[in-house]
Amino acid sequence: MDNGLINLIYLCASVLFVLGIRGLTHPRTAIRGNRLGATGMLLAVIATSLDSQVFGAGAGGLGVILAGIALGGGIGATLALRIQLTAMPEMVALLNAFGGVASALVAGAVLVEASAPSTQSVVAMVVSGIIGSVTFWGSLVAFDKLRGLLLPDAPVTFPGQQVLNLVLALVALGCGAALVIDPSMTEAYVALVVVASVLGVLLTIPIGGADMPVAIALLNSYSGLAAASTGFVLNNNILIITGSLVGASGIILTMIMCKAMNRSLVNVLVGAIAASDVKKTDADKVYEGRVKQTSAEEVAMLLETATRVVIVPGYGLAVSQAQHQVRDLANLLESRGVTVEYAIHPVAGRMPGHMNVLLAEADVDYDKLKDMDTINPSFGQTDVSIVIGANDIVNPDARTDPQSPIAGMPILDVDKSTSVIVIKRSLSPGFAGVPNPLFAADNTLMLFDDAKKAVVDLTAALKESG
Amino acid sequence: MDTLLPLLTIFTLAVFLGWEIITKVPPLLHTPLMSGSNAISGITIIGAMLSATSSNPIAVWLAFAALVLATINVVGGFMVTNRMLSMFKKKN
Repeated sequence: MDNGLINLIYLCASVLFVLGIRGLTHPRTAIRGNRLGATGMLLAVIATSLDSQVFGAGAGGLGVILAGIALGGGIGATLALRIQLTAMPEMVALLNAFGGVASALVAGAVLVEASAPSTQSVVAMVVSGIIGSVTFWGSLVAFDKLRGLLLPDAPVTFPGQQVLNLVLALVALGCGAALVIDPSMTEAYVALVVVASVLGVLLTIPIGGADMPVAIALLNSYSGLAAASTGFVLNNNILIITGSLVGASGIILTMIMCKAMNRSLVNVLVGAIAASDVKKTDADKVYEGRVKQTSAEEVAMLLETATRVVIVPGYGLAVSQAQHQVRDLANLLESRGVTVEYAIHPVAGRMPGHMNVLLAEADVDYDKLKDMDTINPSFGQTDVSIVIGANDIVNPDARTDPQSPIAGMPILDVDKSTSVIVIKRSLSPGFAGVPNPLFAADNTLMLFDDAKKAVVDLTAALKESG
Repeated sequence: MDTLLPLLTIFTLAVFLGWEIITKVPPLLHTPLMSGSNAISGITIIGAMLSATSSNPIAVWLAFAALVLATINVVGGFMVTNRMLSMFKKKN
């Protein structure tokens, strides 16, 4: 079929991708947006199958394509339907990995079959190979850390790590340069992929669990850039347009996450927060004699007289899978005329938007999920704030102590509400490793328990009292 | 050079376009944004299709692997995004 017509269909698909992402700017239009994107992809695949290189390939070639799509489609659909929504960070990490490595593989395939590729094409292959491999292995490390399989949640650092990373990057670029000079040297591409793979692992192991939102967003961006680069290999506009959209998306999310922690991207990437030896405040000095423990019954009494309650979810809620129980508690409160809202910190959880997805799964109305800037001014008029499995994102030291490792990080101002209930297993510090003066504040009561059990007990106590 | 410049033009404009749209996505939808954009970054699927019909067996195997992985990305990404988005409801 005529290449002009194929390119025209590609253009339509690109427009659908843009409209699809635009749909995601509001929950009302988001589902339609996602469908527009899927339609665009279908159009792009159909157009490609009409390309003479594909269509004219005969039964053998078409068989390979159909088999690949059937196999991948089956695995993808199974993953999408089976995955638990609490495991979305892992799912996104896996998708990043597959997208990245697919680009590197396509670049490799083009290199092997091309007789005399242009310099532009080879340079793009080198970029695809490096970014794709780094994305693949980096995402697998992120996946492993999120699942808690082999690597610890904490940053893994060793002396000379940055120097080693720099050397590896230079070696990978050196292999790339060799390939550009002599494109028939496919061994150089293999070497480049191997070195970039090691680099991908080493770049991700120093990133700690609570910094995963940044890592995932950044790897998301890389997978887009790898696709864009493959577009330069194939002289294909749609890959470039789509890849750069995704690249931009990931970078924006990365910047939002860094800003929400008041840390630079470099600081997050080298795992600096755990490695830093800023003065560690003595936990005993902060907590001694000041922490007040409470019971479900006592909290229920407090809630009985409240008119406005704000729930602050953190990663502990996801770990304990307490979202449905939290919703039950909120429903009970609302049935008694209490206003209930949720305060969502941008880096609560393990990926951007993690808490929103969990609570949406539990059928919480999205209008009640308030972002930090919207809800912060209202804590002064809040009777009870319930912090569930969150720590650093509600630590007032971020506002007041310039020496703190989390100084300047924007936090949820729960300490300004009349009473604060913190549901937490113990006084153990959060990811930043610092004690939280909120736990010792006059208006704070600690409910030491697993998030799910505490919320269930609380709901039961509240029912009994009513 | 005669193909590179138009491609670079498209790349640069697309980055700016992406920047303008994506900054308008609310934090509420950041997870679906990631999984949805992941799905469209599976566009590499068309590169894999083009290479899968090569006469070179190594190229075919590489392309086949890319095809499987990119399709997982596309199908898994769009479906899981749809699943998530269908949960974002407004009562009443």
